[in-house]
Amino acid sequence: MDLEPDAQKHDWSSDVYQVLKDHDVQLICTVPDAGLTQILKKCHADSDMSVLTLTTEEEGIGIITGAWLGGVRGVLMMQSSGAGNCINALSLPQNCHTPCAMIVTMRGQWNEFNPWQVPMGSNVEPVFRQMGVQCFRADTATKTGELCSGALGLAFNSTTSTAVLIDQQVIGIKDFAK
Amino acid sequence: MISQTNIAKLNRRQLVRDILVDRKDALIITGLGNPTYDVAAIEDHIENFYLWGTMGLAVSVGLGVAISQPQRRVVVITGDGEAMMGVGSFATVAAAACQNLSILVLDNEMFAETGNQQGLTHGCTDIEKMAQGAGIVTTLTATSSQHLAQARELLFTTGGPCLVVAKISKREEKKVLPPRNGAYMAERFRRGLGIEA
Repeated sequence: MDLEPDAQKHDWSSDVYQVLKDHDVQLICTVPDAGLTQILKKCHADSDMSVLTLTTEEEGIGIITGAWLGGVRGVLMMQSSGAGNCINALSLPQNCHTPCAMIVTMRGQWNEFNPWQVPMGSNVEPVFRQMGVQCFRADTATKTGELCSGALGLAFNSTTSTAVLIDQQVIGIKDFAK
Repeated sequence: MISQTNIAKLNRRQLVRDILVDRKDALIITGLGNPTYDVAAIEDHIENFYLWGTMGLAVSVGLGVAISQPQRRVVVITGDGEAMMGVGSFATVAAAACQNLSILVLDNEMFAETGNQQGLTHGCTDIEKMAQGAGIVTTLTATSSQHLAQARELLFTTGGPCLVVAKISKREEKKVLPPRNGAYMAERFRRGLGIEA
């Protein structure tokens, strides 16, 4: 993973982790992505948080909905291609008026090498919007934490589905020459 | 391939009644279709959460509830088609190692909700073995009422995660329809647990 200068000079992963703490998030469901590595490391190291690794992202929608029913706040973190696996699952939080807070690290956009990442990478936002998810695009490292905070606040306080889409400009580009 | 159609079959409605006759403190999550109607037919209860859609997510919802309510038993009651669609969640459940979670799969080897089309468990697929492979070690396949006591023990008492597959007959039962407004059910479930709105 080559980090772009913007990402190198600002530790957005620590900001996002702090936002999770500020919003009392105790459960992380994830199919990991390279861009999530630093956040997930911090969550794994936090004894007040549980991190569940899923077989497919849609499981995470069920788990965080169940956790909300029992009084615990969860967040689903995944790569853009995984967002496509969640579509019918999103009818659960929509029907139940329960929060569904998602953090998506993007592939298939800026400078992508792998064309198989492009179809979902270029369509997470319109597809999520069609399924009632409010999307917030994080394209600068310094603003990523703030956007996550707003999106989590909206999800948990107004019991709705939200996603922060963290751009490849923030994350860096996967280098296939390595 | 060995057909399993000749082994003894339980009546789904009677089985669910025999299991829920003393549900102890269990929170019940149901998978869409007949398992939802079976549980509703016994009694509508604020500590039931019925799924009417999102096929494949019943076990996942149950896992989330179990994590958030570690002092309560959580029992997922679902069908073979629903369980198969979310079969990956067996691995997630095993890894989470929730002591308080158990799963009952009502296996009629067909898609009863959509016209009795043959399901994968009619052939060579064995849900108990799939759960074992995923790492759920405490499992049982119940084929007659002789297994009822053991099934109840696994579902309500034994340290989980536990899974019971009940081989049920194809007999159709009356549809008993519980609430289907998700927001209402979510709200009453949370209030029942004393969680602020």
